[in-house]
Formats: sequence, structure tokens, C-alpha cells
Amino acid sequence: MTRTPPYDLAAARADFPILARPIRGKPLVYLDNGASAQRPSAVIEAERRYAEESHANVHRGVHTLSQRATDAFEGARERVRRFLNARSTREIIFTRGTTESINLVAQSYARPRLQAGDEILVTHLEHHANIVPWQMVCDATGARLVVVPINERGEVDPEDVRTRISSRTRLLGVAHVSNALGTVLPVAEIIAIAHHAGVPVLVDGAQAVPHMAIDVQAMDADFYVFSGHKLYGPDGIGILYGRETLLAEMPPWQGGGDMILHVSFERTTYNELPYKFEAGTPHISGAVGLGAALDYVERIGLENIGHWEATLLDYATQRLSGIEGLRIIGTAAHKAGLVSFVVDDVHPHDLGTILDEQGIAIRTGHHCAMPAIEFFKVPATARASFGLYTTLEEIDCLAEAVIAARELFR
Amino acid sequence: MDLKDLYRDVILDHNKRPRNLGTLAPPAIGAKGHNPLCGDQLTVYVSLDHGQITDVKFEGSGCAISMASASLMTEAVKGLDTEAFARLHASIHDVLTRHDAEVPAALGKLAALGGVREYPSRVKCASLAWRTLEAAIAGAVSVTTE
Repeated sequence: MTRTPPYDLAAARADFPILARPIRGKPLVYLDNGASAQRPSAVIEAERRYAEESHANVHRGVHTLSQRATDAFEGARERVRRFLNARSTREIIFTRGTTESINLVAQSYARPRLQAGDEILVTHLEHHANIVPWQMVCDATGARLVVVPINERGEVDPEDVRTRISSRTRLLGVAHVSNALGTVLPVAEIIAIAHHAGVPVLVDGAQAVPHMAIDVQAMDADFYVFSGHKLYGPDGIGILYGRETLLAEMPPWQGGGDMILHVSFERTTYNELPYKFEAGTPHISGAVGLGAALDYVERIGLENIGHWEATLLDYATQRLSGIEGLRIIGTAAHKAGLVSFVVDDVHPHDLGTILDEQGIAIRTGHHCAMPAIEFFKVPATARASFGLYTTLEEIDCLAEAVIAARELFR
Repeated sequence: MDLKDLYRDVILDHNKRPRNLGTLAPPAIGAKGHNPLCGDQLTVYVSLDHGQITDVKFEGSGCAISMASASLMTEAVKGLDTEAFARLHASIHDVLTRHDAEVPAALGKLAALGGVREYPSRVKCASLAWRTLEAAIAGAVSVTTE
């Protein structure tokens, strides 16, 4: 396999100012992209330019700045529509992030429909954000959470989805990529199975969007959610894509300005899609920054990024498995962007501190996916997650630092 | 900063060979402690006789800092009365959290925990066993005062 990036990696790294910043006196090796990716100058500049040249509230004023802000905000919505290949901007709702998007669907789509004895289906590898909102609506309605198992490699067999669907299943929530294990799930196949039984599907795309091109029509998702900050964009902004026919039937989740057409004390008429779900002043500059992030990743090319990250994953898997006493957690045939692992005699939390001392940032713990981590009978793992700017040399740094940590605890 | 200041030999030794690992049967009191950030979980057992700690043991799993701190604690508190434990706990808390705190010579081996204060994300690891023993004693007190 060729180990040459399909784009100018040095130039891409130069786009991210923070990568030049030393940490604890060492060059930063940032391998925590699964938690939050860094931002290129293009995103930082877009937000700054918006604040300096165009800011006002959206959808409200007749003055010039309000129109500019509205154009920037709605331009970003159209940018997201193209990114996901949604049919219409009416299907693109701005939220605070993946978590809020899932809560919106749980409260507005699921809760009014659920009756005691109904079922919500999730998989064993979900992030807490794709477990807890469903548990909350189950608690409120008497519905039940049903879990699709994973195998010892951390994979979900679509057949297991088929057998867990019952006549009471009302919705399936499934990750596109596991944040704790790196598994890429066959979501199109899973969605086809669910749809065959008449079950709509929410796909948690938080860990998928930085690594691959997404086409919500091709995969036939009913809801697809992601966050800006894992995609080299700002924090505090995220997306809910929803099939228009479903969104149209859903009641608003929060009430306030912008989501109404007419208000009197007797009766309020709600605004049309997508505004019905965007109460209050939105995170306008965040949306602008997200649009710039999408421009940025598409300029490099998500296929190119995915290709390079596959090389990184291959190399990291090979380097790390060569370390005595190291076990990789999550060995799915199809993985994206990250390696989770444990090392004999070195607790992941100690490893995190020791690596930080070398300027290497990784995530340690249960990665907000306790059931997935507990499945592997470990209390926690160390996780190195890659970005478009990650180099093979950084993987070498990681491997050498892990070996040194093992020496310290010998 | 040097990692060896955090992972001093005493810490590494107590992590590798924890002292007083195990359980105590009732009437000894047990309390569970959990540090959700890193998944440290331990149970501390304490036997009290007229307000004096006659025996203490712990079991669980966690990072080197939490394990070593628990092990060092069990060695240090045996024989103390609950008031002396409270004073020692306060003194350890200072050492773990205050940059300007002197590390009293009386702390002996416990002084090895002094490196933790340079690593704010690890303070909870080091304090877990102490807070858990505090809870066990409080439980014992509430039980005995019923």
C-alpha cells in the first residue's frame, strides 16, 4: 500500500494554526479528533469576517445587515443541504449539535407516538447521546429500549437488527461510525431492513461526517444528525436532517421567536419548515463557520481524506499491535479514523497523562459509550483518533510514547 | 515538570503491590467510591472500635494514582481515631489541591502524593479513596448512633 497522502499534507497542516502551538514544550500531536477536531484558518476567518461585516439578527429586520446575516445563515443551510444531498433546505434544521438533534427527534417525533409496550431499538455500541434521550422518552411513555447486540470485533450484524424488530418497534437509532470502537456500520443495509418492517431510522453521523461523503437519499435515512466541531467547524452548531414528510408531522420542540407565523394569547400559528424547529436567535456565526468547514473539507475531498485516514488506521493498527501487552479494542473489518486500545499494567488514565507530557493528546475513559466499553470487560480504553492533518510520524510518536509508558510501569 | 514527580517510586510500588487489598466482613462498614471520568471504582472497608480505626482494606480497579493513594491511605490511617483521620484527610486535600501548600514532614510516605497538584485532572483520582473512607466512617457513625 502506498503511504503517500492524496493531498498536500504539509499545506493542510499549515491551514490549522493550533497545530503549530507547542504543548508542554513539545510539538502538538493531536490525536483526539473524535472528541473535537481543530479548525482551519478558513473557518476562523469566516466567523470573524461575519462578525466584522455582516452581523445582525436573522429573519427579522429590513435593514441591510439583517439581510446580509440572513443570507449568510440561509446560505450555510443550503451548503449543508448540498453536503448531505438532502432534497430541500426545509429538511435541514440547525441545532446546538448531535445531542440536541437526537433529543429533538426523541421529544418531537418519538414521544407523542409512543405508547406503553412500544419499543425503540438501538445498538450496543451507541454513544450515550443515542441511548439516554430514548430512555427518557421510554420512561415518560412506558415504552421499552431494545438493544441490538455486537460481536467480539465490535460489529453489528444486520441480521440481528432484523430479528430484534417487532410489531412494537417505533424507531431505530443507530451510529454510522462508533466513537468508541471505530466500527463503520452498514447503515444503508440496516435502514433497508428497518424500512421493510416500516420502522424509521435515525442515524448518528457525528463520527462519520469527518471521514466520508454522506448521501442521505442514497442511504435512505429518515433522520441524520451531526455536529460542526468534529468536522473542523465551530462548536455549538449541529444539524438535524429529517425527511420532510416526517418533520412536517412533528410538533415544534421549543417555543419562541422565529418558529411562529402569528401569535395571539388565544392561538399561535407555527412557522413552516425548517423554522418551526428553530426557536430563538440561532447560532448564526456558527452556521457560517460550519459552511466554511464544509467548503474546506470538500476542497480537499472527503474521499481523499477517507483514503489517507485508512492509511493512518492501517499503519497505527500495525504499529500498536506490535507493542507487547497492547490489545486493540474494536477490530471490525470496516473501521474509520480511530484506534481504541488498552495496555497491560498501564491504566488508560495514566497513559493519557504520560502521553500529554509528550505533547500527545488522546482520549481516555469510556468515551461516553459505557455499554460498548463494558462489553469488552475493560473499565476504560485509550483512544487515538485521526484527522485529515494526522501524519505517519505522529503515529510513530504515539507508539514510542506508549512503549515508554509501559517501561515506566514495568 | 517531570513525570517522575507524579509517578514517584512510592506511587509505582503501591500501584504494583497494593497493601491491604481485600475485604472486611461485617460489622466492618464498606462504602463504594466511583470516579466516572476515568472509571476508577473502589470499595473501602473499615473496622471501628470506639471511634478508632482498627482495620481498613480496599478493593477495586483504577489508575495508578487512585490505587496507590488507596494503598498508602490504608497504611497511614490504621490506629487513628476518626478525628485524627479527618485532620489527615484535610491535610492531604491541601497537598493535592493547593499549589502553595507545604507538604508536612509528618505525612511521611503520603508526601509522594504531592506531585498530583500539578495535574488538576488527576486530583479526583488521588482523593477517591479518602472520600470513600470518609463516607464509610460517616455510614458507621450513622449506624452506631441509631
